[in-house]
Amino acid sequence: MSAPTGKGRTVRRWLILSLFGVYFLVPMLASVEFSLRDVNDTHSLVSWKKLLTEPGLFETLTTSLWVAFGTVALTLILMVPTVSWVHLRRPKLRKLVEGISLLPLVIPPIVLVNGVLVVFRDVPEVISGTPVILVLEYVILALPFTYRALDAGLTAIALPTLVEAARSLGASWPAVLLRVVVPNIRSAVFGAAFLNLALVMGEYTLASILLMDTFPVWTVSTGQSEAGVSVAVSLLSLLVVFLLLFVLSMVTGRRHRQVTAPIAPTPSRGHS
Amino acid sequence: MKKSFLGLVAGTAALALTMTACGSSGSNTPAASGAATATSAADLGGLDKLVEAAKAEGELNVIALPHDWANYGEILDAFKKKYGLKINESNPEGSSQDEINAVKQLKGQTRAPDVVDLGGAFAISAATDGLLAPYKVATFGDIAATQKDPEGDWVNDYGGFISIGYDASKVTVPPTSFADLKKPEYKGKVALNGDPTKAGAAYAGVYAAALANGGSFDDIKPGVQYFADLKKSGNFIPVQSSAATVESGQTPITLDWDYLQAGYSAKLKGKVDWKVAVPTDGVYSNYYSQGINKSAPHPAAARLWQEFLFSDEGQNLFLKGLSRPVRLPKMTEAGTVDKALLAALPAVSGDVKFPTTAQDDAAKKIIADEWAKALG
Amino acid sequence: MTANSITAEAGVVHPAPAAVPARPMPKRVAAWVTGHIGLLPFLAYTGIFLGAPVFMVVLGAFQDNDGVFTTDNITAAMSDQFGRSFVTSIELSALTAVLGAVFGAILAQAVLGTKPDGLVRKVVSSASGVLANFGGVPLAFAFIATLGSIGIVTKALTALGLDIYAGGFSLFAFTGIAIVYVYFQIPLMVIVFTPSLEGMREQWREAAENLGATKWQYWRHIAGPVLLPPFMASLLLLFANAFSAYATAYALTTGVVPLVPIQIGSLVSGNVVADQQNLGKALGLGMIVVVAIVMSIYNWMQRRTSRWLG
Repeated sequence: MSAPTGKGRTVRRWLILSLFGVYFLVPMLASVEFSLRDVNDTHSLVSWKKLLTEPGLFETLTTSLWVAFGTVALTLILMVPTVSWVHLRRPKLRKLVEGISLLPLVIPPIVLVNGVLVVFRDVPEVISGTPVILVLEYVILALPFTYRALDAGLTAIALPTLVEAARSLGASWPAVLLRVVVPNIRSAVFGAAFLNLALVMGEYTLASILLMDTFPVWTVSTGQSEAGVSVAVSLLSLLVVFLLLFVLSMVTGRRHRQVTAPIAPTPSRGHS
Repeated sequence: MKKSFLGLVAGTAALALTMTACGSSGSNTPAASGAATATSAADLGGLDKLVEAAKAEGELNVIALPHDWANYGEILDAFKKKYGLKINESNPEGSSQDEINAVKQLKGQTRAPDVVDLGGAFAISAATDGLLAPYKVATFGDIAATQKDPEGDWVNDYGGFISIGYDASKVTVPPTSFADLKKPEYKGKVALNGDPTKAGAAYAGVYAAALANGGSFDDIKPGVQYFADLKKSGNFIPVQSSAATVESGQTPITLDWDYLQAGYSAKLKGKVDWKVAVPTDGVYSNYYSQGINKSAPHPAAARLWQEFLFSDEGQNLFLKGLSRPVRLPKMTEAGTVDKALLAALPAVSGDVKFPTTAQDDAAKKIIADEWAKALG
Repeated sequence: MTANSITAEAGVVHPAPAAVPARPMPKRVAAWVTGHIGLLPFLAYTGIFLGAPVFMVVLGAFQDNDGVFTTDNITAAMSDQFGRSFVTSIELSALTAVLGAVFGAILAQAVLGTKPDGLVRKVVSSASGVLANFGGVPLAFAFIATLGSIGIVTKALTALGLDIYAGGFSLFAFTGIAIVYVYFQIPLMVIVFTPSLEGMREQWREAAENLGATKWQYWRHIAGPVLLPPFMASLLLLFANAFSAYATAYALTTGVVPLVPIQIGSLVSGNVVADQQNLGKALGLGMIVVVAIVMSIYNWMQRRTSRWLG
C-alpha cells in the first residue's frame, strides 16, 4: 500500500464502513425496538415471552431442522462421490456436471414448485405428503453452491496422488472416499453443509406452495396475527444463523475463505 | 398416462434415494366404519356412536381458523376438552381459496383438512366441484332454507356485516361510508382482508362497495370499479389486513367483518385505538359456511365437529366472538341463547338480505375475470 | 469461482463428452454406461427432481386444461396484467440490481482494505452470507418495524416534520419493495464481487504508479477495464436474484403486488373459478426465458473475466 495516501484512505474507508454499518443496523435495531413494544407506548418483553408459548414454534422448528439435516446428508451422499469420481476418472465431464449443477439458478423456485406439484402428484404420501419432498427438492436448490464448494475443495488438493496412495495400500473405494477424500476437503464440506442449512432454514417458496409447515412458513403465518412476535422471531432467526456462520468462519479461519470464495457467484434461493 | 408414469418413476427413485427418513407423520387413520358416507348422526346409530367413532379416529384436521376470528380459539379449546380429540391446525391465516386448494391438493393424504369454513360464494363453488360431503346436523331444521344447501353440502354457520375499522389515533376524521374512503386524506390507508378472488372477507368488501356505488346483488362490477379508482388515487393499499397489520399500523383503515374488527379492538386495547363503523351507504352482510371434505381423513371427527358447531354451545361461542350464529333467531325464540352475549351485539338497522346462490356464482365469475385486470 | 477452475486439465473449454469411436449400437450404449457409471446417480437424481418438473412446466405452458396443444396460455401471459407484471418485475429487478451492485462494490472495496483476518471482514462476510441467503421473510418484518407506517424511522421522520406516508411513500408498493430488495442485494454483491477485487494484483497498481500514472488513470485504464466484466456479471446475477424472489414481496404484502412470481404463486394455488394452472406455467416459462438470457450473458462475461483474474 502506498504511503502518501494511506492515511486519507483509511479514514475514508472507515467512514464508508460506518455508513454501511448504520444502514444495515437500523432495521435490526428497529426490530429490537418493535419487538419490545407493549401497550400505551411502553416497552416490555411481552412479545418475547409470547414467542415461547406461541403454538407451532417448536414443531415447525423441529421439522425445519430435520429437513436441514436430511438435505445436508443427502446432498453430501450424492455429490461427494459424484464430484470425486469426475475429478479422478473423467475430468472432461466436469463441464457437464457443472452445467447441470448450475441449472437451478436459471429456474426460479416458484417455477420449479409448479412442476413439482404436477410430477409428484401421485407418488406415495410418504414422499409427497411429508417434508421428504422438501429434502429431495432442497438438494436441487442447493446444487449450485454445493458443486462449487466441493469442486473447489477437490481442486485444491492433490486428489489423484492421495487416492493412488490409498488404493495402493489396499483401501476400498468407500474407505478412500470416507477416510481420505472427505477429511481433506473438510472445510469445503463444512461450507456446503452450512449454506445448505441457511437455505433450508430460510426457504419459503416451496414449503408454502407444497403446504408444508416449516419454520419460515410458520413465521409468515404468525406474522399475520402477532406483529410483535413475528418481528421477534425474525430477529432471533437472523441472529442464530449469523452466529452460526460467524463461528464457522472463526473456526475454519483462512482455509474457510479459500473455499467459500468459489461458492460466491451463486446466490442461494433462500429468500426467493 | 405420462404424468402418473413420471410420478411413479420419481416415486420409486425417491424412495430408493431417501435415506433420510424425515419425521413423517406416523398417524394412521383407522377407517371409521361408515362415517365417511354418513349424512347424519342417525346413520351411525346416534350421536353417541358418532362420538365413539370420532374418538377412535382421535384427531381432527382443521384449516384456516385464526384464533381471534369469531372466537375460534375458544371454540377449538372447548371441542378438544369436550371430546378429547387432538386438533391439527394448519395455515391458520389461510383464505377460503387456500382451504379449497388444500382439499384438492392433499386429497387422500392424512394431513388433508377434515372440515372447511368457507366464504359463502366459495362454499358454493366447492360444492359444485364435488369436494364436500353432504351432512345434516341434528339442528339442520332450525336453519332457513336460504342458508344451507338442501342436501347439507354446506351450511351457514355464523355471519356478520362488512364494516369500516380505523385507527382513531391516525385517522382523525372517522370515515363512515364508502364515499368517504375516496377522500385524499385517506391516501395509502385503506386495505381489504385479502384478495377478493381468494378470500371471503375481501370478496364481501367488494360486494358491499358495489351496493354503495349503484350496484346490486346482480351487479358487482361497480365494486370492482370502486377499488380500481381507489387504487388509482393511491388510497387503496395492496396489503392483506390482519390483527398484525392493524397492530403494526400497516393498515390504518380496513374493510372487514364487524366481528373481526371488534376482535381487533379488544385484542389491541392500549396499543391501537381501533374503532368500527358500519358504512352508511353499503350495508352488506353474509355468512360463512361449514363443509366436510368429501375425502376427509377423519370422517367421524369431521361430522362431530359439525354437530358441535351447530349445537347451542357452539352457536353461543360464535356469539361470544361477536358474530351472528345462524341459529340465532331460533335460539332467541327457544330461549337457549346467552342473553348477555346477545346484548353485546351491535344493533342492526333494516332487514338483512343475502345474494342467492346464482347471484353469488355470477359475482364470483366477474371478480375472477375483472379484479386482476382492474387492479393489476 | 473461476479462480479455482483454471487448473491444469480443466482450463480449456471442453465440448460435450466425446462419443466412443463407432461400434455397434448396444455396445456403444453399454460402453457409455460403464464410462459414465459414477455419474449415473447424479444424472438420475437431477433428471427426476429438476428435469422432470421443468419439463412438466414447459409442457403445461403449451396445453389447455384437457391436455390439448394451445398457445393461448403464452398469449395470455404476455398480455394485460401479466404482461405488465413482467414489466414491473423487470423494472424492480433492474433497479435493485444496479443499486445493489454499485453500493455492494463500494462496500466490498472498503472491506478489502481492512486486515485480511480481522473482525470487520469476518463480520461482513458472515452477515453477507446470512442476509443474502436467508433474508426474505425476516427482512420483510424488520422493514415493517423500520419503515412501516408505525416503524421507528417513519415515526422519527414524522417527528422531524417529514411525513413520508403523506408524501405518497408506501413500504408495500414499488419503492418500498425496492428498498427491502436492495438490503439483500448489497450483501449478495459483496459475496459475488469480492473474489474479483481480490484478484486485482497489487503489482498492477505499483507498476502504474511507478510509471507515473495518476489514480484516475489507473482506474480508467487498468482497474476499470479489468473489473468491468465481473461487475456486469455480478449485476446480472443480482438481477436474476431479484427477479425470482418470492418470499420477501409475499411476506410484505401477503401476495397482492403485480410481480410475476407472486402472480404465479396465486395461479398455482388455484385462483377461483377458472382453473388457470397452465397459465401459471406459461408465466413460469417466461421467467425461465428471462433468467436464461440474463444468465447466458453472465456466463459470457464470466469467461471474459477469467482471462484476467485467473
